[in-house]
Amino acid sequence: MSELRRTPLHGRHVELGARMVDFAGFSLPVQYESIKAEHLAVRESGGIFDVSHMGQLRLSGPGALESAERLLTCRVSDLAEGRVRYGLLCNGHGGCVDDVTLYREGPDRVLLCVNAANIDKDRDWLKAGCGAGTQLDDLSEETALLALQGPRSAEFIDRLCSGGETADPSQLGRFRFGEFHFPGGPGRISRTGYTGSDGFEIYLPAQGGTQCFDALLEIGAASGLIPAGLGARDTLRLEAALPLYGHELDDETSPLEAGLGRFVKRESGGFIGHEAMEERERQGRRKQLVGFELEERGVARAGYPIVLADREIGRVTSGAPSPSLGKSVGLGYVPPENADLGGTLEILVRNKPLEARIVQTPFVRRP
Amino acid sequence: MADYELPEANRYSQDDEWVREVEGGLYRVGITDYAQQQLGDVVFVEFPDVGAKFDSGQAFGVIESVKAVSDLFIPIGGEIIEVNAALEDAPETVNEDCYGAGWLVAIRPQDAAQVDALMDASAYAAHVAERDA
Repeated sequence: MSELRRTPLHGRHVELGARMVDFAGFSLPVQYESIKAEHLAVRESGGIFDVSHMGQLRLSGPGALESAERLLTCRVSDLAEGRVRYGLLCNGHGGCVDDVTLYREGPDRVLLCVNAANIDKDRDWLKAGCGAGTQLDDLSEETALLALQGPRSAEFIDRLCSGGETADPSQLGRFRFGEFHFPGGPGRISRTGYTGSDGFEIYLPAQGGTQCFDALLEIGAASGLIPAGLGARDTLRLEAALPLYGHELDDETSPLEAGLGRFVKRESGGFIGHEAMEERERQGRRKQLVGFELEERGVARAGYPIVLADREIGRVTSGAPSPSLGKSVGLGYVPPENADLGGTLEILVRNKPLEARIVQTPFVRRP
Repeated sequence: MADYELPEANRYSQDDEWVREVEGGLYRVGITDYAQQQLGDVVFVEFPDVGAKFDSGQAFGVIESVKAVSDLFIPIGGEIIEVNAALEDAPETVNEDCYGAGWLVAIRPQDAAQVDALMDASAYAAHVAERDA
């Protein structure tokens, strides 16, 4: 365990009695008390996650926008300053290098927030793909990132920033960000998240991470705000049917197969992987991501076979009992001809087929 | 280090199950406080058929938490006489009361002397402490 990397909040997690696990080479809390309780706290009030393991890569300079436009599947140039957009990086075969959130910081400057497991891969890939006049900086080490998520987040975040002269962050619309003063800061607050509930992500200097985390807990503890770990983060994002790199997305899978076509500029193109992706579509899609609910007791987990008439037609990519719904849900790839809503599949759980029904995603909608 | 409840009346296995005689040669089996804390929120228990026979140490079922799947190993050989069907609708009982209402199966041992070979509470506490360290 000694070679695992630590986030700036590691000591606090240990003090709080969190169960620490290896995630993408980082020692991170999977749960403090209970995944279910932490999940429900986020749906009902608020939860605070340390996601400092995630990476931040900045492109700047006169060529930065042009480079980003070629490197990302989403449109970049028309993203206004202070706004955030979701997008993907694709390889030359149309598979996904990573999925990222893109921050338009200035006329010639964007920041990509990337998955921890992919920081090195993304950095190398961006470096190789950057055009002239583009500088690439890796801010991952110096940045702490906290995610405050849940319906009461707006109230908590305003109280966090109440000491400064800046405006209330609750005035930010979804997918917008600004710079604010707060304990541990100053830093950036964006109205984004990975839970399917309202919430904010707080970027701040690494050394301020614990102070900010403590300040938020002090503000919200009496209102049901609790620290939440990776276990709840995973069940929350699954209920919201948000993809997780390494599960729904990988170097082989195209964003179109993953149902992420709305984050791909298919008309204008001009990004790496576009032609290969379209060629794959012309040849006929091999697989498509579906959401399913188990009709029987049990849990369908990542890697379990999806079968139809005793034939394996795909695999579960993510699956868990949904604490909000009280039943098991999952995501998985099946051939397009078997992907119709309402269709039935079987999930092979320890060699026993359990019936599942293809349902609309997200499994849980925002209130 | 965490604290675990370990009733003196039980015998404990290496695989974190407890056994206790309930009535005339019938023994209940469940998972220990240590095991339920390690697992986290229990969401599903897959039981064996009533009447099934297992040798000591054999897997007799599966317990699933939000995050993990674990095999259940029978601490002493015998025949399954009853399963705790109440857990089908309320699997969280295993977390709430692992030595009481959260029991898993009742067995009739082939050889009740096997029970004496299991650990008592203090031996099991040492076994857990070793792994927690």
